[in-house]
Amino acid sequence: MQSDNRPIIEIQQVSKSFGEKTALADINLSVKKGEFVTILGPSGCGKTTLLRLIAGFHDASSGTIRINGEEVTDTPPYRRPVNTVFQKYALFPHLNVFDNIAFGLKLKKLPKPETEKKVKAALKMVGMTDYEYRDVDSLSGGQQQRVAIARAIVNEPEVLLLDEPLAALDLKMRKDMQMELKEMHKRLGITFVYVTHDQEEALTLSDTIVVMSEGRVQQIGTPTDIYNEPVNAFVADFIGESNILNGTMVDDCRVVCCGHEFECVDKGFGKNIPVDVVIRPEDLYIFPVSDAAQLTGTVQSCIFKGVHYEMVVLCGRYEIMVQDYHAFEVGAEVGLLVKPFDIHIMRKERTCNTFEGKLKDTTHVEFLGCVFECRPVEGIPAGSPVTVEVDFDRVQLQDDADDGMLTGEVKFILYKGDHYHLTVWSDWDENVFVDTNDVWDDGDQVGITIPADAIRIRKP
Amino acid sequence: MNPLNAVFSARKNWVVPYVVFALLFVVLPLLLIVVYAFTDDAGHLTLANFGKFFDHPEAVNTFIYSIGIAIITTLGCVVLGYPAAWILSRSRSSYAQTLILLFILPMWVNVLIRTLATVALFDFCQLPLGEGALIFGMIYNFLPFMIFPIYNTLQKMDRSYIEAAEDLGANVTQVFWKVILPLSMPGVVSGVMMVFMPTVSTFAIAELLTMNNIKLFGTTMQENINNSMWNYGAALSLIMLFLIAATSLFSGDGKDSEKGGGLW
Repeated sequence: MQSDNRPIIEIQQVSKSFGEKTALADINLSVKKGEFVTILGPSGCGKTTLLRLIAGFHDASSGTIRINGEEVTDTPPYRRPVNTVFQKYALFPHLNVFDNIAFGLKLKKLPKPETEKKVKAALKMVGMTDYEYRDVDSLSGGQQQRVAIARAIVNEPEVLLLDEPLAALDLKMRKDMQMELKEMHKRLGITFVYVTHDQEEALTLSDTIVVMSEGRVQQIGTPTDIYNEPVNAFVADFIGESNILNGTMVDDCRVVCCGHEFECVDKGFGKNIPVDVVIRPEDLYIFPVSDAAQLTGTVQSCIFKGVHYEMVVLCGRYEIMVQDYHAFEVGAEVGLLVKPFDIHIMRKERTCNTFEGKLKDTTHVEFLGCVFECRPVEGIPAGSPVTVEVDFDRVQLQDDADDGMLTGEVKFILYKGDHYHLTVWSDWDENVFVDTNDVWDDGDQVGITIPADAIRIRKP
Repeated sequence: MNPLNAVFSARKNWVVPYVVFALLFVVLPLLLIVVYAFTDDAGHLTLANFGKFFDHPEAVNTFIYSIGIAIITTLGCVVLGYPAAWILSRSRSSYAQTLILLFILPMWVNVLIRTLATVALFDFCQLPLGEGALIFGMIYNFLPFMIFPIYNTLQKMDRSYIEAAEDLGANVTQVFWKVILPLSMPGVVSGVMMVFMPTVSTFAIAELLTMNNIKLFGTTMQENINNSMWNYGAALSLIMLFLIAATSLFSGDGKDSEKGGGLW
């Protein structure tokens, strides 16, 4: 029985860089036989690179990849027991549907009648019977997609790799194909590794979701785990809609947030610990102001979304998103309530920026590749290494990248109800985290300035 | 708006100068060739010019020999040009730019001067002029016309086709024969057209590189026309035009040609 529990794909400490740029860093992943695994993340997070490493189109810079217990790290793609469905299908334009699907079988020198039988079966599987002798160019996007899937599964691979296979289809078609893929996975019983940037698709299809960002795995879990128990603000923000707010865990099961002390079900954080509080918009109850209200506020906007209304309620200085079947007029005074088990608490990854630096003299410190002026430091000799701390809200960003002491690019924006929490990738290749009320866009080039009195210095 | 302005502002009118040019210097001469080919010195309709060609084994032999030389040249260009195009299409862009420049550079020099230089080179190396020199000179002159169309198709080819083939179990050789070569056929066909057609009718290269010892069909035509045998020369030209038209129809037959990729 042991062999059944053995993972079919094992990825250990795999990294991949393209020149200077690191695409994947220290990836560990193990996929069980027969699982439907989705690698989910925004564009440029390295998810396709990871899939291509499994397929063998890229070589890992370090680490090992095993398929079915056999190390394949340096095995060329044509000797791996996997087949890929490509994003743009990559159907051979010089071959018809039959020859496209039979391509792999002909290479294996399968007898003709058997090839024919298998191709027919594969076409039937994808609902394309009688299309054998059609020209691939004459097929619609959805039909090409099906042929691409048939071409891969006809080889009976151990693992089917799918690289955003539905990205080019329209919404309705996509929904239909999702169901068909899920059905196909059940019937074939082979392992599917699916890459997508569409969180809804991932939630619908997968047994396991691997959330990736910036070349790293953020969380691995079942769709419910990922949705209900996100491990960090990135996952919470990326999967579904959510209110992510700053809070303080005052005691076990007690969290203060938006000026109200809520009861929750999380324990073991300690006392007076700053945390991130996640509340899904559909978990908030909205009603006319009454004694039951934990928070009160005025409705700022109300948008009809088909099934529900999406409202933004201003409670004090916090904007909170609420989804409900009932609409409340803009300007209405409302009360909000959330049940204890609907509040998800996340430990903060950091409470301030921390940099490694070097003290130049008593009023100057070097970090992030620049020399900053700071308040006079005593007790630390010049030239010794120090740890520098800067609060998020003391970092200043400038429109004009030349105005700052160093420059950076806005990489990730998180709305925290009353301010934005920005991750800025500095040109020194280190992240600077910034709290600001100004609106910035993803990818903005900004100047970064840190005033002297915002810099705290201590011995490392 | 005055009428002159109207004439210039309608974009379709800009084509008029070229149409006039083409009528005068392309269509009219072609018509003249046809007229001359089917008439005798006195201007009477006749098929005698064609009869004369088929009655003369010498002319027919030259014709067949020319086609043979053209086929050998074209094959030589494919064999040498395809790998070159492949290397160009796979190399880093800056490196490829330099290589392409190296291939283009000789084409900036006039064909005759290049051929004279080839003659000098053969003399210097004490190699005999003749058939070998002729084929060498033709391949040398026409190779770039084979490389560029093939390079174009190879460069535009989506890498994912190659990956899909590898994914389906094809090793490097199988990927080449089953995917890369069939997909680059439009480029090869285009290259073949660009080499085969001019090599059939060439005469200057043949004269220089064989010291007038080997006669190609182009030479025969040129001699007849130079000796004022306009009608016979025109008939020969028409026979050659017919051959070229036949090859281009044959190669433009498949659906690949409409996808372009080549130079045409």
